[in-house]
Amino acid sequence: MKSVITGSRAVAEAVRCSSPKVIASYPITPQTHITEELAQMVASGDLRAEYVKVESEFGAISCVIGSSAAGVRSFTASSSQGLALMHEPLFAASGMRLPIVMAVANRALSAPINIWNDLQDSISERDTGWIQLYCETNQEAFDTTVQAFSVSENKEVLLPSMVCLDGFYLTHTVEPVDIPKTEEISNFVGEYKPEHAYLDSKRPMTQGSFAYPEYYMQFRKQQETAIQASKEVIRKEDKRFGKEFGRSYPLVEKVEGGTDCILTVGSLVGNARIVAEKEKMSLIKLKCLRPFPADELIKAVDNVERIIVIEKDTSIGLGSGVIASELRSAFYNTSDKPDIYNFIAGLGGRDVTVSDVKSMVARVRSGKADHVEWWM
Amino acid sequence: MSLLAPGHRTCSGCGPAIAIRNILEATGDDIIIANATGCLEVTTTPYPETSWKVPWVHCLFENAAAVASGIESAMKAIGNTKTKVIALGGDGGMLDIGFQCVSGALERGHKISVICYDNEAYMNTGVQRSGSTPYGASTTTSPPGKMSIGNDTFKKDVVAIAAAHHIPYVATASIAYPADLKAKVKKALELQPSFLQIHSPCPVGWGFDSSKTIEIAKLAVDSGAWNLFEIENNQVKNIFKPKETKPVAEYLKTQKRFKHLKPEDIAKIQSWIDDKKKQLVCNIP
Repeated sequence: MKSVITGSRAVAEAVRCSSPKVIASYPITPQTHITEELAQMVASGDLRAEYVKVESEFGAISCVIGSSAAGVRSFTASSSQGLALMHEPLFAASGMRLPIVMAVANRALSAPINIWNDLQDSISERDTGWIQLYCETNQEAFDTTVQAFSVSENKEVLLPSMVCLDGFYLTHTVEPVDIPKTEEISNFVGEYKPEHAYLDSKRPMTQGSFAYPEYYMQFRKQQETAIQASKEVIRKEDKRFGKEFGRSYPLVEKVEGGTDCILTVGSLVGNARIVAEKEKMSLIKLKCLRPFPADELIKAVDNVERIIVIEKDTSIGLGSGVIASELRSAFYNTSDKPDIYNFIAGLGGRDVTVSDVKSMVARVRSGKADHVEWWM
Repeated sequence: MSLLAPGHRTCSGCGPAIAIRNILEATGDDIIIANATGCLEVTTTPYPETSWKVPWVHCLFENAAAVASGIESAMKAIGNTKTKVIALGGDGGMLDIGFQCVSGALERGHKISVICYDNEAYMNTGVQRSGSTPYGASTTTSPPGKMSIGNDTFKKDVVAIAAAHHIPYVATASIAYPADLKAKVKKALELQPSFLQIHSPCPVGWGFDSSKTIEIAKLAVDSGAWNLFEIENNQVKNIFKPKETKPVAEYLKTQKRFKHLKPEDIAKIQSWIDDKKKQLVCNIP
């Protein structure tokens, strides 16, 4: 059934249908509606879960680390400062191979304090060993949240996932979202049955041992192997989801249109689509940032000469946006690599409109654009 | 047979190791332990070995109580009402860096027991001062000198803070009184949420011979440097009275960390102890 709902509601509905047993999250704009919706669902009996009213985001992630280690499906959500406060436990969650799912309502980081959207929060956590999936629409936020449980809990993966949706642009904006019947989704996700390491007094096990140098790297390498393997699992789960519900989201979506191409992430893909079509350009939507789909991107740019990368993040001091920088390294060993034009735009909630995107394209096509520009 | 297998890497005479062995004798094996990073973690779980014969999960330095609250929530969700959940950590992990998580978990009423083995400094990183370090003690971050007495603050009264959460059970214990310690652990598991602080001398950090751990733990209690009592339903009770109360000087002189103290410093500590004794009879408002 189609409902006209916010992105936050879409995530909450997906969580309800996926039936986690423990939820812990702390309010922060623009994530708050997700946790409020879930509190309401638990209060009204629509979702049977322990909803833990923690004292901080640090407590939230730590709480779901405990519940996930105890072998039950667990969910949290955060944003910006809250996600930054979780930084240390994020490594513990992925290092202990706990399949937690977290929604991230993307928002800028202080200072200056700012509550509006950009991707700096999740981009800054890209090295924590979490899968990162980005959403263009509220429908995609629903579908991706559901798939994230299946991907994370797959025994080839056993890694936590972030489902990233743009603060306000998705979290607070209503769009029509098709929500399948609860049973259909719960059948798709299935019950989570941990097979190996979980806390059970009948089979005592030590989880998260102290690792000396001779073992530490092995653990880290296993995480890398698992997240690389997750690509295939993400693809498979998406295919299975597509078959069941008629919607599908590749790791890298390419819309053919010409030898010039726009590449972007999240809700901005919407405006990029409009411009790409008008300007006879190709479009690449990067769905998944971790694992980084380098091979898929190389394939996608096969016939592309110029890429305009628009991204709402940076790494201060790098002299580039993070995504453009990762693209450059992915393309480094290929011949005929496309020319990359990088626009850092939309930081702290500044709108990146269709006409902004058009102007960026015109600037590149006129030969005036530098390879990295801040779109002020 | 102990649920903490021998062969772990704690120093000889380690007070916390004695504390844990006694705790596990009282808990039995139907428990889950969330362990804060600290001496205990690094000495008992060197991969691929472990000393733990009960389920045990690594926590960060500061989130053991929050992890325990998540485990307890999971137990609740799957209908397991029997397995007891314990958050375990040192004074750093429980009353300094991890205190927010402890307070949050106690305030929310999770059925967990927060157990702190108190060795009065950050021992795992090499004897730095914690909020639980006693007045005058020399540590690597509170060294005595021309301009310094050593640690210039009195021990943080975390038990009173825990009790202010109005939880069913708060208590102190000492490794010198193992029967009392075990009885309190049992009670702590029955009356959750609960908070238990166990005084656990550290030969390396305090500067005494490793054969003297229990002797020194006992002297702490006999001199009033450490008090044994319970707070049940906001009532302070069972305050332990040693047969013969000893002056604190006798306790202080056994340890290198206090050897620089002058008679007037010792007098100051003695008067703090005397005041503390008087305060102890009060109930939690």
